[in-house]
Amino acid sequence: MATGQLAPSPPPGLSIARTGREGTGSWPLVDRIAFWLCWITGIGLCVTAIAIVLFMMVKGISYLHLDMLVQSPAPSAIQSQSGGILDPIVGTLIVAAIGTAIAAPIGVALAAWLSEYRRPAWLAHTVESAIEIIAGAPSVVLALFGLLIFSQGFLGFLSQTAANGAVYGRSFIAAGVVMAVLALPLIVGSVREALEQLPDRLREASYALGRTRATTIRRVLLPSIRPSIATGTVLGMGRIIGDTAIIRILLGVSLTNQGVGHLPIIGALRGTGSTLTSYVYENSPAGEGNAPQKAYAAAFLLLVLVLALNGLVTWLTNAGAGERRGPRTAFRLLRFSGAQE
Amino acid sequence: MDPMMPPPVRRIALDRDPFIAPPKPIANGAAPTAVAARPRAVRAPAPIVRERMAVESVWLAYGENWVVRDVSLPVRQGEVLAMIGASGSGKTTLLRSLNRLTEVTAGAARAGRISLDGNDIHELEVNTLRRRVTMVFQQPNPFPMSIFDNVAYALAERPGRGGRRRRRSAKIESAVNDALQRAGLYDEVASDLDRSALRLSGGQQQRLCIARALAAEPEVLLLDEPCSALDPISTAIIEDLIVQLRESVAVVIVTHNLQQAFRVADHVAFMHLGELIEYGSSEQVFDRPKRDRTREYISGAFG
Amino acid sequence: MTAGRIDRRVELTLGALAVAVLAMIAAMTATVIAKGWPSFSHNGLSWFGPGGDVDTQLRAMQEAKALPGHSLYYFRAWPLIWGTLVTTLAAVLIALVISTLAAIFLTEFAPPAMRRTLDPVIRLLAGVPSVIYGLIGILAIAPWINQHLLSNSRKASVSIVVQLNGANLTTATLILIVMILPIMVAISANALAAVPPAWREGSVALGVNRWRTIWRVSLRTARPAIIAATILATARALGEAVMLGMVSGGRGFAANPLDGITFLFEPVRPLAATIFQNSDGLTIPVLAHTIYAIGAVLLVSAAMLSLAGWAAKRQLGRYGIRA
Repeated sequence: MATGQLAPSPPPGLSIARTGREGTGSWPLVDRIAFWLCWITGIGLCVTAIAIVLFMMVKGISYLHLDMLVQSPAPSAIQSQSGGILDPIVGTLIVAAIGTAIAAPIGVALAAWLSEYRRPAWLAHTVESAIEIIAGAPSVVLALFGLLIFSQGFLGFLSQTAANGAVYGRSFIAAGVVMAVLALPLIVGSVREALEQLPDRLREASYALGRTRATTIRRVLLPSIRPSIATGTVLGMGRIIGDTAIIRILLGVSLTNQGVGHLPIIGALRGTGSTLTSYVYENSPAGEGNAPQKAYAAAFLLLVLVLALNGLVTWLTNAGAGERRGPRTAFRLLRFSGAQE
Repeated sequence: MDPMMPPPVRRIALDRDPFIAPPKPIANGAAPTAVAARPRAVRAPAPIVRERMAVESVWLAYGENWVVRDVSLPVRQGEVLAMIGASGSGKTTLLRSLNRLTEVTAGAARAGRISLDGNDIHELEVNTLRRRVTMVFQQPNPFPMSIFDNVAYALAERPGRGGRRRRRSAKIESAVNDALQRAGLYDEVASDLDRSALRLSGGQQQRLCIARALAAEPEVLLLDEPCSALDPISTAIIEDLIVQLRESVAVVIVTHNLQQAFRVADHVAFMHLGELIEYGSSEQVFDRPKRDRTREYISGAFG
Repeated sequence: MTAGRIDRRVELTLGALAVAVLAMIAAMTATVIAKGWPSFSHNGLSWFGPGGDVDTQLRAMQEAKALPGHSLYYFRAWPLIWGTLVTTLAAVLIALVISTLAAIFLTEFAPPAMRRTLDPVIRLLAGVPSVIYGLIGILAIAPWINQHLLSNSRKASVSIVVQLNGANLTTATLILIVMILPIMVAISANALAAVPPAWREGSVALGVNRWRTIWRVSLRTARPAIIAATILATARALGEAVMLGMVSGGRGFAANPLDGITFLFEPVRPLAATIFQNSDGLTIPVLAHTIYAIGAVLLVSAAMLSLAGWAAKRQLGRYGIRA
């Protein structure tokens, strides 16, 4: 037998060469220049990102005080007396909650239809392209459309009606609903991708037990893509809390939240107010307030929220990575980030 | 898996490629009778047989795992050298080391000497070496370009051709046609060279890959199980092609298929668990193997 | 069978939902265009052309008094369209080069540790709300440009026509680049990473060095994705209202390339930013019609871009790559 006569590794006299990657030494000059340009842009990207985060951190930490979190904004030209950001924080939470509460079920249902039914085919294609159009539509135009809808007379109960019968059309409800439209493509994209990645054997196993398609979706498919549903929802939420145009057009420009009528919760939802984004805008030199310190403080909090949602997405992605996905899917999610943040 | 490729940042969904014909594997020893009964390709002895490459006491490892151990053998022009052996015997690794493709795996290690015309291949510039020693892979891998561009791709990188490859000079055109002709593909595709290469059949794609490899005007042609993804008819065409090619280039073929080795090879190297068990002329290895291990493998496979 | 009936009903319900979404898109397009129609019909095709100071025209509508010789609806959007075109095209073209190089770096050259860091960094950049970009632009970058790049003589040279400060074309374009880069890098990097290894190996085995393999095989394969990324980024740049409203100078001025270097420092105001900044005047009918007309132009252009990007992405399917 030949095997086993030789040592498992080369005799010590033989020199062993380990290879790394191909060097660039032998490349033509043009190729080497391009190679270094790649490095420069890559590092430049890193530096830009770090600079943005550091800048916001330095500004934010120096201007954000804990008591701002529990005080309402107050009208004052002096920055130390213009109050806190309680109302914008609450406003952001309300809008995000309304938006995701509406968008998540609709998004999941649409994704289920698009990936599991798709009949008739032309309708499916049209719906797909319609969702692309929403993803690419400027949020400021969505806001214009929302204002048009919500200032219709019969929808007056969702905002407030002036003495002359004109419907104001601006309220937390109006902003939340339009935000749902903004978040929809992200949720549909995320859920649909996950559904299409599920192996057919899952479906077949369920059909083989005599289950209908609807039961299969509800009992087998959707439970097994829970992380993706959560991911899509969180991505949608991130888009919602970052949008300014819809807030300013559909929630008004007042910094404090002002309810309508006497009903406690519904009154607040019918009322106007502010979110962190509109607060930042109003307090920047571009807005009315011109209180840069307050703007930095609120912007920092906003960035922390975005970072937290980002972390949540990573965590959810890894949670769902188990059997179905490769280890590195972060970029995949970005595809749906579509047109606006 | 090309190790130069970073882990995909996104799932690669090659779920279904409509253009590459699904492989029809031919099990060892159970090939369709049409092929099994096919005689050895008729061959005139090559006019010149000359040693091009020499493998001397070569060891190869990925990480700490030595997958090729102390192998020495010659590669001659005018001959087809077949490397046979079970999976994991190190034959593909040895083949890839001949044009230093093993080096695209970070952490690959080697010891010993491989020379091309007397020069250590590790002292040659790696891309120059790979143009002189080209390779055809197990799965046909034409680029997503036209047939013409696929072949011209190999031409353009030849020194002295200049960078402007997209321009169809008469010189490039004739070189492309020549390569296609040598690979026996010209007559089938001449009518439309601008067609996407991905629309060819599996066998045509593999011959296109051979044409591409030949267009670089190599001295040694490495074939890594070139027929394992092809149907019997394409296999037969490519085997005849290999035998013809050996006059102008040294051919090394790795194969699982012993009948194929017998049909095309002049010399056979049998490897087992990283070691070269037996090297000899095709007739000698198949008819009068010297080692028990060789006999077991050959008789086992032949049934 | 009842189970089958339920299944059918579920399908119909979901299908109805899909139809409802379609109806909403159709309603959106139709109502926005209808609401803007008076502005188009009063101005005809000259709506898109140059003529007078667009800011004066908007202010006249707000105060509901017709300019001498003009009707109340008189509106010439060219300065706004020009501002949109210049910022969008400049940002997208520069971002295209940077993002391609960065995507190559990310998938090919970056050491694994660096790739692990860049991955969340790019996601972070994509997630930063535009108002934060605007804030940084207006509070940090614009003052810097005003102090260091704008000489008094440059300001004086055009002071009759327009006032120069740090919020201008260059500031807007720079920040727009940073805003659209992440999405472009992400899509291109996806596609590059999805190029079948066999193609790259085949190229390397022909003695083609790594850079040329990337350039000629990987980039070529990823081209549809890069085109799609560019189109989507264009749609995004086109629709960006808040950040551009903050840092572009906020003046409906058609920056003049004939001014040489000064051109780069002239203020502009793109279409979307104009809508955003005039949103308080939506209760005034004539102004509202004009604003909705601008919205209709944006909506139609963005929709066409989205569909083109969608079509380009589907191209990749030819190679069995999904991106």
